[in-house]
Amino acid sequence: MKARVHVSLKNGVLDPQGKAIGQALHSLGFSDVAEVRQGKLIELELSGALAKKPKAEIEAAVKDMAQKLLANTVIENYSVELVG
Amino acid sequence: MKAALITFPGSNRERDMRMALTKVNNGKPPVDVWHGDSGLPEGIDLIVLPGGFSYGDYLRCGAMAAHSPIMREVKKRAEAGVRVLAVCNGFQIACEAGLLPGVLISNAGLKFICKDVNLRVETTASAFTKKYRKGQTIRVPVAHHDGNYTADADTVKRLEDNDQIAFRYADPLGTVSPETNLNGSVGNIAGIYNAKKTVLGLMPHPEDATDPVCGGLDGMGLFESIAESLS
Repeated sequence: MKARVHVSLKNGVLDPQGKAIGQALHSLGFSDVAEVRQGKLIELELSGALAKKPKAEIEAAVKDMAQKLLANTVIENYSVELVG
Repeated sequence: MKAALITFPGSNRERDMRMALTKVNNGKPPVDVWHGDSGLPEGIDLIVLPGGFSYGDYLRCGAMAAHSPIMREVKKRAEAGVRVLAVCNGFQIACEAGLLPGVLISNAGLKFICKDVNLRVETTASAFTKKYRKGQTIRVPVAHHDGNYTADADTVKRLEDNDQIAFRYADPLGTVSPETNLNGSVGNIAGIYNAKKTVLGLMPHPEDATDPVCGGLDGMGLFESIAESLS
């Protein structure tokens, strides 16, 4: 069982890296790119008792991890995806 | 004053901090505490989180250090009222650990900024700044890439209303404006207190302005304030 945690900056939070990527894409001729926001993807390979639990419980556990460490909810949103 | 200086893997300003703390404490250096330690000596009345790049800024700056073993004890002592001085990466760690509200994100210009800046002292009603004058401008260095203080509007209003803003980026005359905003921080904020004003976090390095031949003496007021408050 694998969990993917997608972390993205909240709307309104300045994303200078996204801006720089957008400018680079424009300079490469991709002029139809309006805005770029950069986030991160954290993949967790789950094992032990947790991996055998119902999906809802696994999701709750991974959300707890996201709240406590993987995302800073002052500036970031996160979503959890279970794979396999 | 009995200070504890916490060092994390990747801290790099602990030596400067030790010199400044020793200078105002009759030559008595702080107790060195390693991130993997789980306890602090009894009777500590000041905990200092120094600058650097703890854990290589992995995940988010300060995020890993905020969950290192020693931080559980730091949080416990802070809740009991022990003063905490958190500088630069220490400020980032304190925010991630929930000792201070908000978060530090990348500088608006995406550049690492290393230079002397002017700070306006916003309040002297604290153990950390009582030797300064309110509105005084002090000149101290900054060295950071992620110093852009961000918090939601309610938090910022609460900080303003409760006199919890310690320093703002200003010009030499103490004028705070968008032009003097070093890194995009909301309200030009360079440093804040917790609600009880027992925890101070700031991005600039007052410890590097405590020697006349190296950066001036404008940071001395902060260390002398702490030493006097805790003597």
